[in-house]
Amino acid sequence: MSDFASKPFSQIEPADYAAVGFRSGLEIHQQLLTRKKLFCRCPAGRYSDRYDAEILRHMRPTLSELGEYDGTALMEFKTRKEIIYRIQHETVCTYEMDDTPPFELNDEALDRALAIGTLYGCTLIDELHIARKQYLDGSIPTGFQRTTIVGVDGSIPYKNRQIHIIQLGLEEDACREVSDIGHQRVYLTDRLGMPLIETVTAPDMTTPQETAQVAEILRRLVRSTGLVRTGIGAARQDVNVSVTGGTRIEIKGVPRIPAIPLLTYNEALRQWNLLRLRDELRQRGITPELFKAQVREVTRLLRRTRYQPLRQAIDHGLTVQCVTLRGFRGLLRWQTQTQTLFAKEISDRVRVIACLTTLPNIIHSDTLSETLSSSEWQALQKCVASEADDTLVLVWGNPLDAETGAKEIMIRAHEATLGVPSETRQALADGTTGFERILPGPDRMYPDTDLPPLRVTLERRERIKAGLPQPIWEREALYRQLAIPADTIEALAVSPWADLFLQAVDEWKLSPTRVAVALIQYPKRLRKKGLPIEELSAEMIRRIMVAVRDGMLTADGLLEAMETSLRNKAWQIPPLLPATELQAAIDAALQQTAGMQNNLARQKRCLGLLMQNNRGRIHGAEAAKQVRAALEEAAARVDRKG
Amino acid sequence: MASDSFKGYRGSALAVLRNFGVPIWSDVQIATRSGRFTGIVLPRSETADDLHVVVKLRSGYNVGIAAEQITDMQITGRREARYQIPEKEFPHDPKKPRVKLLGTGGTIASRLDYRTGAVIPAFSPGELYGSVPELAEICNLETEKLYGVFSENMGPEQWRGTAEAIGREIEKGVQGIVIGHGTDTMHHTAAVLSFMVQDSPVPIVMVGSQRSSDRPSSDAALNLIHSVKTAAESDIAEVMVCMFGPTSDVYGLLHRGTRVRKMHSSYRSTFRTIGDIPLAMVSRDVITPLRNDYRRRRNDRQVHLDTAFEEKVSIVYYYPNMQPDIIEALIDNHYRGIVIAGTGLGHVNKPLYPVLKRANECGIAVFMTVQTLWGYVQMYVYETGREIMELGVVPAANMLPEVAYVKLGWALGHTKDLQQVKEIMLTPIAGEITEREPSNGYLILQGNIPEVEEFISRYRK
Repeated sequence: MSDFASKPFSQIEPADYAAVGFRSGLEIHQQLLTRKKLFCRCPAGRYSDRYDAEILRHMRPTLSELGEYDGTALMEFKTRKEIIYRIQHETVCTYEMDDTPPFELNDEALDRALAIGTLYGCTLIDELHIARKQYLDGSIPTGFQRTTIVGVDGSIPYKNRQIHIIQLGLEEDACREVSDIGHQRVYLTDRLGMPLIETVTAPDMTTPQETAQVAEILRRLVRSTGLVRTGIGAARQDVNVSVTGGTRIEIKGVPRIPAIPLLTYNEALRQWNLLRLRDELRQRGITPELFKAQVREVTRLLRRTRYQPLRQAIDHGLTVQCVTLRGFRGLLRWQTQTQTLFAKEISDRVRVIACLTTLPNIIHSDTLSETLSSSEWQALQKCVASEADDTLVLVWGNPLDAETGAKEIMIRAHEATLGVPSETRQALADGTTGFERILPGPDRMYPDTDLPPLRVTLERRERIKAGLPQPIWEREALYRQLAIPADTIEALAVSPWADLFLQAVDEWKLSPTRVAVALIQYPKRLRKKGLPIEELSAEMIRRIMVAVRDGMLTADGLLEAMETSLRNKAWQIPPLLPATELQAAIDAALQQTAGMQNNLARQKRCLGLLMQNNRGRIHGAEAAKQVRAALEEAAARVDRKG
Repeated sequence: MASDSFKGYRGSALAVLRNFGVPIWSDVQIATRSGRFTGIVLPRSETADDLHVVVKLRSGYNVGIAAEQITDMQITGRREARYQIPEKEFPHDPKKPRVKLLGTGGTIASRLDYRTGAVIPAFSPGELYGSVPELAEICNLETEKLYGVFSENMGPEQWRGTAEAIGREIEKGVQGIVIGHGTDTMHHTAAVLSFMVQDSPVPIVMVGSQRSSDRPSSDAALNLIHSVKTAAESDIAEVMVCMFGPTSDVYGLLHRGTRVRKMHSSYRSTFRTIGDIPLAMVSRDVITPLRNDYRRRRNDRQVHLDTAFEEKVSIVYYYPNMQPDIIEALIDNHYRGIVIAGTGLGHVNKPLYPVLKRANECGIAVFMTVQTLWGYVQMYVYETGREIMELGVVPAANMLPEVAYVKLGWALGHTKDLQQVKEIMLTPIAGEITEREPSNGYLILQGNIPEVEEFISRYRK
């Protein structure tokens, strides 16, 4: 057996991941930088928690194009949720409310998606077909997301290999969830309909660290184009994880890349532990076929319990169901993730499917914590005729929910005999994952009959290709050749100034290091001084650089010129020191250093003083020449006197 | 023309499929000049171009591949879609009322046809039970498909047929009738049925949907539940339209068939009672009447059918600078009735006077309604109105233009005598003319007004 389950996260080696067959892939959702939304003309990127009105809807499953109901769809229908949408007049129109058919696909968004697809080296699709991808959780009021594939089969370089990009999609973003309590889920609709690209990689990553690194490369690559939005929520990644014998599990909505390693480790650990749980069940003779469980309502029996959550429930007229899991004794305490037990898998399901969102929503006889008294457990065992090696699980709620909950407990326990159930999981703050919903299949896709197919002409592709930025890995290779400071390479590769850098170096023949530092480090320094660096325009920087090229500004005056320009909100460079003033400054420096004997040291000191007092206004080489000349002249004078 | 194995394909796309011997539904591997694709070849929509082959990829996405780019196609299998709404036998409960659902078309319960993008109605009780099982809690449902047309193709023939079908069902003793109908002209049909089917002992409920039922957010299921509940349980024995009250899934409204109109091209709550208040609210649990002056349900099986209809009737929507030739054309084409939707209180311009006079002389019945929809025709206020009446144009009170149109057709079906036609037109039969417009009969709220915003922030509309 592998050490995988016994070592802590920090000590696990790539070989350990290889031993359990860790595989991981990414689905990265990234908002595009457009003025308007994808299928309507609402303004893009305006978020606020304020809202003017609410509407209420329900979702019902429908048939896929191939005539089948999707598993997730049916599950969501079981949950019977009331969905409330909060609407702000300025950011949402009747399209998002599903009261108006879609307008034509936003051309600006499509151009941007095609550009990124080209950057991935994808085969672009000749004719786009808008699909409807069902989401019955209510996150989109139509009940489906309008989505289309713009390219397939791309790749990006990573280490010494290629990571395969399966497909690049263009789709509308969903609502922001506000709350999900009991049978009511509330959404804000401002983000709804924002254009997104979805980048899907193959499961080519073999350690959690690789997954995070590839996510970072993809993030930097799309950012380098300037075609995407940045900021909180503008990019979200879904991470797929599987281990040998396990199942492809999708962890949804990972907000930050640094969270990926721990989350994927925990998911691999969970799968590995669930497989061991299955083996344990087999050893106990519990197979999918021989699994036994039963349900019995026990409300009356527990009506005097001193365990408060149950007592309150019963006092409020709720019912309590008892599920007996034959032969499961102790297994609800089976570890799944870091500090997480199998009981949580069951509780999660009950929470989502039966809408029993107040925790604890189950208690069980394997627990070590104080719940029912031992005499109550004994009475229950007698009532449901359970044996010593059984586990009892209690769930409570209104009659319908308690019944759904009890069924779900049996379903999840039965799935333990099979291994790892297919599902999507949510990323939790502590680096573990929790059940979100059953993994949807291709059956939830069907064509959008509201919009005709859209041809992507060859001319359009050529135009996009011509305007494409250089991929970051090519930029970085060049920067290393130019030997710019190591800490500027990655930042410059994704910077909006990358093209300006090339022009300054190639065309204006400025020093690559100077330019890289000016473009990457100086803005940081200026920000520290509290200056609004977002106001630093390409035009300002270009004119400052051109001034250096033309000898109107010295290279070490770049920072000051940027600062002055920012402060004055317009391009400005300090004027060069006129000859008479330069002479006066040199004289002053000579005077200040008059006592120094060592000529070379004095020369250095003089120069230092000059540059310090007149940064950017005198050319270093020119000043050095003049100081040297003045010192030589002074020495000559002394010689003549002597 | 492509055979069924190449359904929808034409031109170069068809040539490529034929060349590689790939019929639709083939599971294929396709090589193109720019890449490879694996998936199922789907039929193509008839209205799409002839340059692309549609493939459903393994991910479920469809893509169109330029035929001229395809260099190879290899068949690896075949998978044909079978559209089936899970059909379960509609349970029979002798204690529940009998409701008949008559289908004329529209998208009330349906499945998707990927080829044309059209929606195929799910209609048998079994199919309906499969997609809206809640119906079985309300009634024993029987269904009959009368027509399968979009509502714009409904006309006198279908109106008569529907009225006769309603008559048959009432004689058989059903407790309520639901009519599935496309929404675009549902108010025309509701109005004409109000005249053709009089004194019904049971509710006659027209229903449709604004979002087809192949969508998870469809209003179809809830509209169907509301309408079936109304047919089974309500004591309102009139022709009604049952559609969403607000856009939220909260309640439906029952509108009198002669006062209702579709008022938005796509909103769920598109049907509004005009110039009056609706008959009732209906939710899954309860029907709440909003007025008391409706015809009550009876236990007999008596109904008065009167399906006469003259088709040579037209509506003329007046606009400034309208030329007389429009009306000349109607006269020359032997139209027998004209409903004018006039401006304001019921006006048209002076250049039309001679032709209106000629229409009157030719024995054509001309009635005036208002294009403002709300409010009465009042032709005494201005001289223009008085002059127009002199020409034989009859003001039609607050009858909606579409209602006046179908009523005029129905009236002319009975008599050619203009005086009799006028009497029929101006005698209300089913609430098409009301004596008064209640003060809450005209409520079009305007956004951003503080009190309106307060209202919509408080209620889910």
